[in-house]
Amino acid sequence: MIGSLDLSTLQQLWWLIVSVVGSLFVFLTFVQGGQTLLLTLTKDESEKTLMVNSLGRKWELTFTTLVLFGGAFYASFPLFYATSFGGAYWVWIAILFTFIIQAVSYEYRRKPNNFLGQKTYEIFLFINGSVGILLIGAAIGTFFTGSNFTLNDFNFVHWTHPLRGLEAAFSLFNLSFGLFLVFLARVLGALYLANNLEHESLVGRLKISSFNNLLCALPFLLYVLISLVLMDGFAVDPANGTVSLVSGKYLQNLVEMPLVLVLLLAGLVLVVLGVAINRFTPSVAGIWPAGLGTVLTCLAVFFLAGYNNTSFYPSIADLGSSLTIYNASSSHYTLTMMSYVAIAVPFVLAYIAWVWKQMDSKKLTVAELTADDKSY
Amino acid sequence: MIEQIDLGLVNWARATFALTAMYHWIFVPLTLGLSFLCAFFESIYVRTGNEEWKKLTKFWMTLFGINFAIGVATGIILEFEFGTNWSNYSWMVGDIFGAPLAIEGIFAFFLEATFFAVMFFGWDRVTKKFHLFSTWMVAVGSNLSALWILVANGWMQNPIGMTFNPDTARFEMQDLWAVISSPVAIGHFTHATSSGFLLASLFVVAISCWYLLKKRHIQFAKRSIAVACTFGLFSSLFVAFTGDEHAFVTARTQPMKLAAMEALWDGQAPTGLIAVGLVNSDKKPGDEQDPFAFSVEIPGMLSLLAKRNIESFVPGINDLAFGNEKEQIVGVAEKIRRGRVAVASLGDYKKAQKIGDDATAQIALRSFDQHRNFLGYGYLDSIEQAVPPVALTFYAFRVMVGLGTFFILLFLVFLYLSVRNKLEDKPLLLKLGVLSLFLGYIAQQAGWVVTEVGRQPWAIQDMLPVTIARSNLDAGTVAVTFFMFLILFTALLIAEVKIMTKQISLGPKGGES
Ligand code: HDD
Ligand code: HEM
Ligand code: HEM
Repeated sequence: MIGSLDLSTLQQLWWLIVSVVGSLFVFLTFVQGGQTLLLTLTKDESEKTLMVNSLGRKWELTFTTLVLFGGAFYASFPLFYATSFGGAYWVWIAILFTFIIQAVSYEYRRKPNNFLGQKTYEIFLFINGSVGILLIGAAIGTFFTGSNFTLNDFNFVHWTHPLRGLEAAFSLFNLSFGLFLVFLARVLGALYLANNLEHESLVGRLKISSFNNLLCALPFLLYVLISLVLMDGFAVDPANGTVSLVSGKYLQNLVEMPLVLVLLLAGLVLVVLGVAINRFTPSVAGIWPAGLGTVLTCLAVFFLAGYNNTSFYPSIADLGSSLTIYNASSSHYTLTMMSYVAIAVPFVLAYIAWVWKQMDSKKLTVAELTADDKSY
Repeated sequence: MIEQIDLGLVNWARATFALTAMYHWIFVPLTLGLSFLCAFFESIYVRTGNEEWKKLTKFWMTLFGINFAIGVATGIILEFEFGTNWSNYSWMVGDIFGAPLAIEGIFAFFLEATFFAVMFFGWDRVTKKFHLFSTWMVAVGSNLSALWILVANGWMQNPIGMTFNPDTARFEMQDLWAVISSPVAIGHFTHATSSGFLLASLFVVAISCWYLLKKRHIQFAKRSIAVACTFGLFSSLFVAFTGDEHAFVTARTQPMKLAAMEALWDGQAPTGLIAVGLVNSDKKPGDEQDPFAFSVEIPGMLSLLAKRNIESFVPGINDLAFGNEKEQIVGVAEKIRRGRVAVASLGDYKKAQKIGDDATAQIALRSFDQHRNFLGYGYLDSIEQAVPPVALTFYAFRVMVGLGTFFILLFLVFLYLSVRNKLEDKPLLLKLGVLSLFLGYIAQQAGWVVTEVGRQPWAIQDMLPVTIARSNLDAGTVAVTFFMFLILFTALLIAEVKIMTKQISLGPKGGES
């Protein structure tokens, strides 16, 4: 069946797959959000250790999803991979740095003789959760605000801003998007931890924290949504592929793709619902609706950026260089082959979910950590 | 196609890639092998039910975890470095090269990441059987990730299953299976993973020897050595076998690299193998200098190893550079000439297309098609540029093979003494056991130096020189990143070594087992 799909269908399919991976990543940033709660929400060392260990059993999943996001983009839209990574150089290097320091921090934090000291590793975790997510948000924001690059006849990228990508963080829209993601991650982190831990007072604080962080996220979310509806967008002419600025393009996308509007609204409602469950009822299951809501919201954002003849990586330096899912993709053959490979993704998700269930059926307690010599 | 080639930039980008890849490769081989050793240890525990083996498994797993974390940290940067530092490369071959990277994520990294958590924290949360299964899955996952990344690297060494598309000006995949099943990729995979098994065996042997020297954890050390020496002996034999296979493949796919590995300038039939030699590093293609200041040769040996026939001709650097009519070898000079025609025709084709001049476009395309196989050579400036650094490749190869032979003997002796329970009272041998670990790391790095330095100047063999593969950055930017990584990775390495040695000196939990 896959073998008979035409190129543009495959390109749409792959934008869907990349969007799914990206949205799952945003959900999994509950790990990063939790990391930023470590320093402020805990009262003593044992609480901190409890949180670190709960997050520490999941951090690799988030990390690997980020790697897969990169790999999937590389395989399906190599021109984006080349343009964005090679062009917006500093913003990506900075993001990667925060993930490098995260990767060792769990394992090394409390090990004796660890050279940098426990505090340093905790700061590493904080930087990853705050700066890392903020910059990722800013980078995604450029899907709507555009970037400063040109491509030559051979599609080699030339970046026209000396900050090489870091300039993205100076746009109010991108910054708001980034801060929204940071607070969303903190909401999710608090929800996840409340569900995973057995510790009455800490869980109580986590339940309140998720609500407070949602309040902090709200202004940034509103700013992003309002701007999206009002701003000019980068439209592609399907006939000849030229890109032009169209006012109200993203509003138009929402109207022309009502499903996306539904996804967006349902997603946001579910996030609020999840937080409300934890805040106003004794239940700690809020992470599930909020997690689903996050995925739906992000899907809507990706769909807005890439579908309905929109340029997902527009250039403000030269509209003609803008990337669309049509001009940035791999060949028909590669997309077809990779679609066969992608059939494995649901199975991977299934075993991850199964193992997750096996491991988390019992809540994590301080007592278990004291008994276990492997704990972080 | 490229405005101006900034060699400073290219060299910084190469240095950064070499730095990060070499750091990654400090940790990866240990992960590849120690994951299997942990699975062996745990299997023995599950079969015998002996708690001592559980303690032993847990100890080695602790060390595994410390190493794994930094392996992951150094890996993520490589994944994205293709984009940041080699963005032209990423566009030109992303259609092919991206696939194995994505497949690696789907099939290997998630396996590792998911079951790693069970292996570390699941002892009391899941059943014994499921735990053992998870440990095995970590081992399988790690080695699968090696498979996919080596498929990617193998394709760079020997690009097959693709074609250049003049309309998009990039290489496009035609046959995924050819990419995956390439003999170069399989050679890489079998050799690199088994060299990882070998290194991990050395690691277990070295630490156990140290305990024996200190007269601590004697029983523990003996048990560990017995398993590790068995695994090590098999692996080292397999490493030698696959290494030889690898060289045989290289002789066909990258004759210039093989010539550099052997510092062979003028091919003969039969050709001897230089067992040891002092390379004259001033020698240039076509000059009359002696290749060696001193050398010991085994007659006919190279013909036998490289071509499986003691009488056969093995081309030298000069044959490849200047061509050899008798052996039907097209020289680099001719390839450069034809490559330049291909580059020019491609430019004409693009230009004609832009202004809609179909007739001219067709003529240009026809000319391009005639010379397309030499496209990459069109970007070389001189014959000399096509020759990799000979001395470095030559020495690195000898270090690796010499050590490989030594490790076989080492494991033989250790296994013999371990079976006869005579290791304890041989302090000199035990010290050698400790030292060998460092030799193992040297052999590992030497192997990659042969592979990567030996293929210069190509990012993609014969297709894409590194000068074109790079991003459009300035040298200073990349230099700054280089030092950022150098400092960060070195700090993390120091932390890793300090934590690791501390854990080793603490020893397995439960004291004097
Ligand atoms: C403990 C490490 C170790 C040891 C003892 C050996 N190797 Fe090795 N070798 C590697 C570790 C390695 C490596 C680092 O893993 C490489 C780099 C690329 C690869 O696939 O494996 C490699 C590459 C490599 C290549 C590929 C060069 C190319 O790209 O064409 C050849 C021909 C050999 N080896 C040959 C041998 C032989 C004949 C050995 C004899 C015993 C040997 N190696 C021992
Ligand atoms: C992990 C072990 C590896 C080591 C130690 C290693 C080492 C090196 C070294 C020393 C160089 C610089 C060579 C020179 O410029 O003289 C280099 C370059 C490079 N390597 Fe590797 N490499 C490794 C694995 C890989 C793999 C698996 C890939 C691909 C998947 C790869 C792709 C490249 C690329 C793209 C370059 C830059 C272009 C070039 O200089 O040829 N390397 N590597
Ligand atoms: C340029 C080439 C390479 C790239 C782009 C790369 C990429 C990565 C990435 C992104 C990770 C982290 C994965 C995670 O999320 O857990 C990783 C880890 C790993 N890589 Fe590499 N890698 C390269 C070379 C290699 C080679 C040559 C091998 C083996 C032959 C290898 C084997 C592994 C293994 C076993 C891990 C698990 C963690 C560990 O190292 O302990 N990689 N790599």
